[in-house]
Amino acid sequence: MSDGLSAQLLNLCCGLFLLTAVGVLWRRQVSSLITLLTVQGLMLTGIATLLAAQHRNAEAVGIAIGIGALKAAIIPWMLRRVHNQVPDARETRPLVNVSASLLAAAGLTLLAYAAARPLVALAPSASAHATPVGIAVVLLGFFLAATRQRAISQIIGVLLIDNGIAAVAFLATGGVPLIVELGVSADLALAVLVLQILTSRLHETFGPTDLDELRELHD
Amino acid sequence: MTPTFETATTLALYTPAAAPFLASLIALILPWRAAAIAGILAATAILASGITLAADTQPSTYAAGLLRADALTAWMLIAIGAVAAIACSAAPAHLRTESTAERRRYLVLAQLFLTCMSLAVLADNLGLLWVAVEATTIVTAFLVGHRRTRASVEAAWKYVVLCSVGIAIAFLGTVCVYAASIAAGGHGITALDWTHLNASASTLDPGLMRLATGLVLLGFGTKAGLAPMHSWLPDAHSQAPAPVSALMSGVLLSVAFYAILRYKTITDAVLGPTYTRTLLLIAALASLAVAATLLIAQRNYKRLLAYSSIEHMGLIALGTAFGVKIAIAAALLHILGHGLTKAVAFCAAGHIMQTTGSPDIDNVHGLAARQPALAATFGISLISLLGLPPFSLFASELAIARAGFDAGHGWAVAIAFTLILVAFAAIARHATAMLLGPPPPPSPRPNSPSPRPAGLTILAVGLAAAAALGVYLGPLEQLLDAAATIVAGGPR
Repeated sequence: MSDGLSAQLLNLCCGLFLLTAVGVLWRRQVSSLITLLTVQGLMLTGIATLLAAQHRNAEAVGIAIGIGALKAAIIPWMLRRVHNQVPDARETRPLVNVSASLLAAAGLTLLAYAAARPLVALAPSASAHATPVGIAVVLLGFFLAATRQRAISQIIGVLLIDNGIAAVAFLATGGVPLIVELGVSADLALAVLVLQILTSRLHETFGPTDLDELRELHD
Repeated sequence: MTPTFETATTLALYTPAAAPFLASLIALILPWRAAAIAGILAATAILASGITLAADTQPSTYAAGLLRADALTAWMLIAIGAVAAIACSAAPAHLRTESTAERRRYLVLAQLFLTCMSLAVLADNLGLLWVAVEATTIVTAFLVGHRRTRASVEAAWKYVVLCSVGIAIAFLGTVCVYAASIAAGGHGITALDWTHLNASASTLDPGLMRLATGLVLLGFGTKAGLAPMHSWLPDAHSQAPAPVSALMSGVLLSVAFYAILRYKTITDAVLGPTYTRTLLLIAALASLAVAATLLIAQRNYKRLLAYSSIEHMGLIALGTAFGVKIAIAAALLHILGHGLTKAVAFCAAGHIMQTTGSPDIDNVHGLAARQPALAATFGISLISLLGLPPFSLFASELAIARAGFDAGHGWAVAIAFTLILVAFAAIARHATAMLLGPPPPPSPRPNSPSPRPAGLTILAVGLAAAAALGVYLGPLEQLLDAAATIVAGGPR
C-alpha cells in the first residue's frame, strides 16, 4: 500500500469516526445507536490497523485485531442483549433537543481542536494531526452521558468516551503498551457487563423509567 | 542485603496481591466461615508485607517485573492491611443474616477488591495503576448494590457511571503523559514507569504535562471523593454493606489519592509546584465546603460518615497542596489515622443498623442506655474523627495547619479550619442526639440482636491503634519520613 493511499484511508477513518459520534447525538432509536457504535468500532480498528501497517509493527497489528473484536463485535453484542432485556428504551425526552445537540457537537469539536494543540504540536507523526478527532469524540460522549435520560444512552456515552480516548492513544502515540491495552480492554468489557446487569436490575426495580426518576437517594 | 532478606522482600512484593486473590478462590470453594477466616489472614498478610517492605527503607525501591515498592508503597500497604483486617473481621457478624449465595459473592468480591487495591499501590507503571483503580470500581459495583433494593441499585448505577467516566478522564491524562514520554524518547512499557518518568522529568513537554495534570487530578479526584466530582460517594457508602463502606471509605479513597501523589512527584518536577498546588487547593477547599454544608442537616448516620470522609479527603488534599515535607508527612499520617477510625466507625454503624433496623439518626436516640459497649465504640470513633486528642487525626490536622501557616498559606488554613469547625459542630450535635438523646419508646423488637463481644473487640483494637499513632509513631516515623520525602521531592 502506498503512503499516500494509506494516509487518505486514515483520514477517511478519522472522518467517519467523528461522524458516527455526531450521528449518535442525532438518532434516538436505540438499535440505530448500537449500529452507529459498531461502525465507530470498525473505524477505530481501521485507524489502529493502518497505523500498525505504517509502523510495520506485528504487536500493533495484534492489538488492532483485538480492539476490533472487542469494540465492533463483543460490546455491540452485549448492548443488543441489554436492548432486548429492556425494550422500549427509545430516548423520549432528552434534556437537550436534537438540533441544539448538533450545534453543541459543532462547538465541542472546535473546543477539541483548541484543547488538543499541545498533543498535535508535540507528536512527530502526521497522524497526530488527527488527534483532535479523538478528543472531540470524548467530549461528545460526555455531552451524551450528561443530557440523556435512558440507562442505555448513558452506557453508550461512556463507550463513546472510551472510543475517543483509544483514538487519541493510537493517533498521538501509536497505541499504549500491550499489557496496558489488555488491562484497559478487560476493564472496559467487565464494566459494560456490570452496567448491563445493573440496567436489567434498574428495569426490575424501577420499571421502564427515566434515570431522572432515580430519586431514592438525596440530601 | 542478605539473601534471606531479599527473598522476604520479593515475597512481600507478590503477597499483597496474591494472598487476597487466593482467599477469593477459597471463598468460591470452601464454606463461608472458612473463607471469612482466609480473608482475615489475607488482610493480615497485606499488613505483614507492608511492614516487611518498610523494614529497610535504605535501598529505596524493590522491584520485580511490573511491581515495585518504595516507602510510599509500604505506607499505603500498611494502611490497606490494617483497614482490611478490621473490615474482614467485621464481615462474619455482618453476613450472619445473609443467604449462602450472597455470602459467597460478598467474600469473593471483597477479596478481589483488596487484590485490586494492593496492585494499584504496587504497580510500577502508571497505565497499570489506572487499570487497577478502574478494576476496583468494577468489583465493588455489586458490593454497593448488594441488597438489591431500589436505593442500592440506584447507588450502584450512579457509582459505576460516574466513576467510570471520571476514571476515563484520568486515562486520557495517562495517554497524554505517555505521549509526552514517547516524544522525550521513551518507548514501550517503560515509558509509563513512574521511576522512568521521574528520572526523565526535565525532558517532558510542559504544555502537554499541564493538560495531563488537570485531567489526572480530575479523574483520580473523582475516585478519591474530592469535590466537585464527589456526588457518588455518599450514595455508595451509605448503601454498601458496612465492612465494604469501611474499605471504600478507609482505603479506596486514599488509594485513588495515592495515584495523585505519584503524578504529583512527576508534574512538580516538570511544571514546578504552583500549578498542582492551585488545583489541589481548590479541590480541597471545595470538598471541605461541600462536607460542612451537607453535614449540618444530615439525617442518615452512614451518609454522615460518608460526608465526613469527603471532609477528611479534603484535609489530605490540603496537606498535599502545601507540598512541604512536614505537610505531606501529616497528610500520609492522616490517611492511616482516618482509615483506621473510619473503618471502626462504619463497622460500628453496621452494628447499630443491625440493632435498630434503621439508618436514620432520629431512630437511634439513647443508644448509650441500650447498647453501652456499642455506643462507646461508635462514640469514641466519632471523637477521633472530630480530630480530638489523643488520636492521630489530631496530630496530623495540627501539623497540616502549622505547615500551611509556615508555608505562607495562612488564608487557606483559616478557611479550611472554619469549615472544619462547622463540620465539627454538626457531627457533634448528631452524635449527641444518637448516643445520649432521650430514650426511645419501647422497641417493637425487644430482642434485637446485640453485637458479639468479639466483634467489638477488634474495633476497640483499631481505635487503640489510632490513639497509639497519635501519641507515638515509633518505628513508623522513619517510614513516614521516607515516604514524605519521596512525594515532597527531597528535604526543602
